[in-house]
Amino acid sequence: MKDLVESVRSPVPAWLDVTQSVTGLVLAVFMWIHLFLVSSILLGKDAMYYVTGFFELRFLTDWQHGYPVLVSIIAIGVFAIFILHAGIALRKFPVSWRQHRIIRDQMRTMKHSDTNLWYYQAITGFVMFFLGSVHIYVMASHPDKIGPYASSDRFVSEHFWPLYLVLLVAVELHATIGMYRLAVKWITFGGKDPRRTRKRLKVLKNALTVFFLTVGAATFVTYMKIGLEHRDQAGERYSPATRHSSVQSQQVGDE
Amino acid sequence: MSGANDGRTLKFHILKYDPQQGGDKPRMVTYEVKEAPGMTIFIALNEIRETQDRALQFDFVCRAGICGSCGMVINGKPDLACRTLTAKFKKPEITLLPLPAFDLIGDLSVNTGSYTRAMSERVRTWIHDEEGKQVDLNELEERMDPDLADEIYELDRCIECGCCISACATKRMRDGFLGAMGFMKVARFAVDSRDKRSDSDWYEVIGNDDGVFGCMSLMGCEDNCPKDLPHQTKIAYLRRKMVGAAR
Repeated sequence: MKDLVESVRSPVPAWLDVTQSVTGLVLAVFMWIHLFLVSSILLGKDAMYYVTGFFELRFLTDWQHGYPVLVSIIAIGVFAIFILHAGIALRKFPVSWRQHRIIRDQMRTMKHSDTNLWYYQAITGFVMFFLGSVHIYVMASHPDKIGPYASSDRFVSEHFWPLYLVLLVAVELHATIGMYRLAVKWITFGGKDPRRTRKRLKVLKNALTVFFLTVGAATFVTYMKIGLEHRDQAGERYSPATRHSSVQSQQVGDE
Repeated sequence: MSGANDGRTLKFHILKYDPQQGGDKPRMVTYEVKEAPGMTIFIALNEIRETQDRALQFDFVCRAGICGSCGMVINGKPDLACRTLTAKFKKPEITLLPLPAFDLIGDLSVNTGSYTRAMSERVRTWIHDEEGKQVDLNELEERMDPDLADEIYELDRCIECGCCISACATKRMRDGFLGAMGFMKVARFAVDSRDKRSDSDWYEVIGNDDGVFGCMSLMGCEDNCPKDLPHQTKIAYLRRKMVGAAR
């Protein structure tokens, strides 16, 4: 009996809380960097081509593709952190009908924005269990199929666009709300008016959500456009050299 | 607060339900009250009870935001009836509900005492000092730094009204969760130099998912505390302190 009583105290709840926060932080930062990288398409196909090449270490090799296996390694690493984060965060989900009814009732009567935000975070998190897993698995298993045409073909010709559209909204909402909550959870807001500090933080959070959603939407539209234009040649890979020669020959033809 | 709103007719939509009477069903009843300058929800409730519904149940003692008895959900926000002016609401419609998360006594009256008592016993809200048991009553007490005294006083301002508990979706979903009122007590005794409990001792109390690691930082407590206690700051502080004490 004594053992049973003593075993109640455990460091595990503390480690779970810290791990949930740290994995969340890593994933949110990764997703923001990820968005900046994929949004390189906004600067043109060449920009995205070189960004892809950089991560495949193409500059170290003579052949065109570099080492796409690096992309697989990053994807598997992110997948591991993602699964860990999801598994730990599951503890907080409203898992029974009773709990779900209570949180909905609380949202309806109190209209308290931070409570509502948490619910959106649970919903977007749930969505990502499935959609995020599909995306990460495809990246890990087809690491070489990233590029201005390959990615755009995936959007349109391989019908990934609905998944990416929902995933984009879920990720951007979840990441900014999560980062805000991390600050509220761990930082002791000091100064004369800690409540005002939190209000300002929330304004910043909202601004970041709008910013990332805007960049994300513009990027989404760009890949869609390229994918639609490239539909007839789906599967063909982009290469800067062929583009230049085709532009030149077109110019010659125009003359 | 007077002037433009004087003389409005306020409509109070109040939940009526007496769980002690078998067969009684919860229902919303509307009462009309002529608004007076400086009228609070508490004043209006008294007027309703005196002139319209002798059986209306609600709690009050001090009428000055000190006793914590008149907490209720006013237009969706847990607050004290005695400190809420009717002039605050642009629309003359005011909905009053009893605080959720507590046992309902009847209408707007809830039993916050059962929670408060259990919380006090769980946190053991009194000074713990093993050595102090042999205290010499003839000796002068050790002096306390005024800044520390202020800090303790700041947290001691909690009037145990229960608004933080009702505003907490975490507490409502998970009954075993300690809740913000408990965290305020822990923070208050943890900062007190007379209380000799160590971080490790506190870990026994709140180092679990029913304690500080169960808090999902929804901040309903902070945003609805009638006494503006520093919930966010103290809960974040306790969380970090408990991570340090985990082993």
